[in-house]
Amino acid sequence: MSHFNLDTLYRQVIMDHYKHPRNRGTFEDESLTVEMNNPTCGDRIFLQFKLDSDVVEDVRFTGEGCSISLASASMMTQAIKGKKIDEALKMSNLFSKMMLGEEVDIEAFGLEDIEALQGVSNFPARIKCATLAWKAMEKVSK
Amino acid sequence: MDVRKVREQFPILDQEVNGHPLVYLDSSATAQKPIKVIEAVNNYYRQTNSNVHRGVHTLGSQATDLYEGARDKVRRFINARSTAEIIFNRGTTTGINVVAQSYGLQNVTAEDEIVITPMEHHSNIIPWQQVAKKTGATLKYIPLQEDGTISLEDVKETVTNKTKIVAIAHVSNVLGTINPIKEIAKIAHENGAVIVVDGAQSAPHLKIDVQDLDCDFYAFSGHKMGAPTGIGVLYGKEELLEKMEPVEFGGEMIDFVEKYDSTWKELPWKFEGGTPIIAGAIGLGAAIDFLSDIGMENILQHEEKLAKYALERLSEIDGLTIYGPTKRAALVTFNLDDVHPHDVSTVLDTEGIAIRAGHHCAQVLMKHLNVSATARASMYLYNTEEDIDRLAEGLVKTKEYFGNVAF
Repeated sequence: MSHFNLDTLYRQVIMDHYKHPRNRGTFEDESLTVEMNNPTCGDRIFLQFKLDSDVVEDVRFTGEGCSISLASASMMTQAIKGKKIDEALKMSNLFSKMMLGEEVDIEAFGLEDIEALQGVSNFPARIKCATLAWKAMEKVSK
Repeated sequence: MDVRKVREQFPILDQEVNGHPLVYLDSSATAQKPIKVIEAVNNYYRQTNSNVHRGVHTLGSQATDLYEGARDKVRRFINARSTAEIIFNRGTTTGINVVAQSYGLQNVTAEDEIVITPMEHHSNIIPWQQVAKKTGATLKYIPLQEDGTISLEDVKETVTNKTKIVAIAHVSNVLGTINPIKEIAKIAHENGAVIVVDGAQSAPHLKIDVQDLDCDFYAFSGHKMGAPTGIGVLYGKEELLEKMEPVEFGGEMIDFVEKYDSTWKELPWKFEGGTPIIAGAIGLGAAIDFLSDIGMENILQHEEKLAKYALERLSEIDGLTIYGPTKRAALVTFNLDDVHPHDVSTVLDTEGIAIRAGHHCAQVLMKHLNVSATARASMYLYNTEEDIDRLAEGLVKTKEYFGNVAF
């Protein structure tokens, strides 16, 4: 079996976020919660935010999904924590571009790990897994 | 049945995917198409294409003959009494919706019950939820046994004299359970209810005799049995269809149209508003010829062997959970350790193996099984034990990959 192709998808850093997710869990108080499903596959993601006016002071996620969707959620929460909502939305836009195979400036995420998800763009069926958490995050501005 | 000869009839199978010979194990989602079907559709468009039931020109009557000829092939295939009982439509979903919207809304009241099971496909749940909401009727579920079957005792318990409709899959698309339709029909009839059978997963694989089953309605899809997508069949007992109102109105289904009222054509055309799916029906006729030439008994025998072999091979894999009963249709739904089914499917895909991953349009059942998604390998007449071997090897590799890589 050639693992070459697979390794472009399942990078070590992705598996690390999958097995050891950052910011996974919930806040005890009733924080702002958004939910997003991928109805074609049953993946679900819940995000909770602590906002200080337009700044994401803290964020946590829970949900069910594959390695790609959960690893992406973990990275997303890391990337947007401490950022303004506007900046987070820009990142989400950038992330979508990356999924379409466009060259993007990874430094804009302030999180190198996200580069590992670039390989997902070669697996069209899995792009929705990677964008789920970002799309959920976008709801916070609505 | 010589499976090598069968495979030669399916051109799509002869290809490499991601550098490996294709192993297609997703026939419950849609089946591959034999040359006979592809050519029937091709020839129709090359030589005969015309609208049916109208005009007097030669092509028009040839197309009508082919279309109506296909209807008679369907009638024979499921042993219906008359072609008046064979309604062409888009597929199983449409068939069930027609019964729900027409028979359901005409006959169900707030005091009545509709009975289904937790193993139903969404297309045999939501139409009944809608009827229950509109009429105020109660939607009831026959409970599932531990092994994913239903017991006739529970059917007798759940179906009462208030029950107007019992709607149930002949074969579960997730568990592979083969439900005892004939016995359930008897219980339904004893209580004055009709039985609606979702035949999407049974018509392609089992010998269907609607008179013997004594089902009132039986809906199935062409594309799961080698026909093109977009063609399906609703069988209904003539005396029931006669009393039902159409749900789509327009061309093809009318007799006389006056300014303020109209009358309907006779069966089955009153349920076929608009230009029908002519090429699809002809393709379905060709698929039925193809399957009948091989013999449904031979196909079933082959599939039973495959199902048994698949259960054996997959049971050997440590950490693999299989859902559903031992006696089952030729499909195996499973989960591998805590590897998400999407990840399983992606790894298998790099090996050229196509399976389905997700909730299989059965979220009620997924909740019952307490999983968010599962993987499913489903087989048809063209699959071989070698396909199962490749799947088993692929799963072992998936396990190794997720066990070893990157930790």
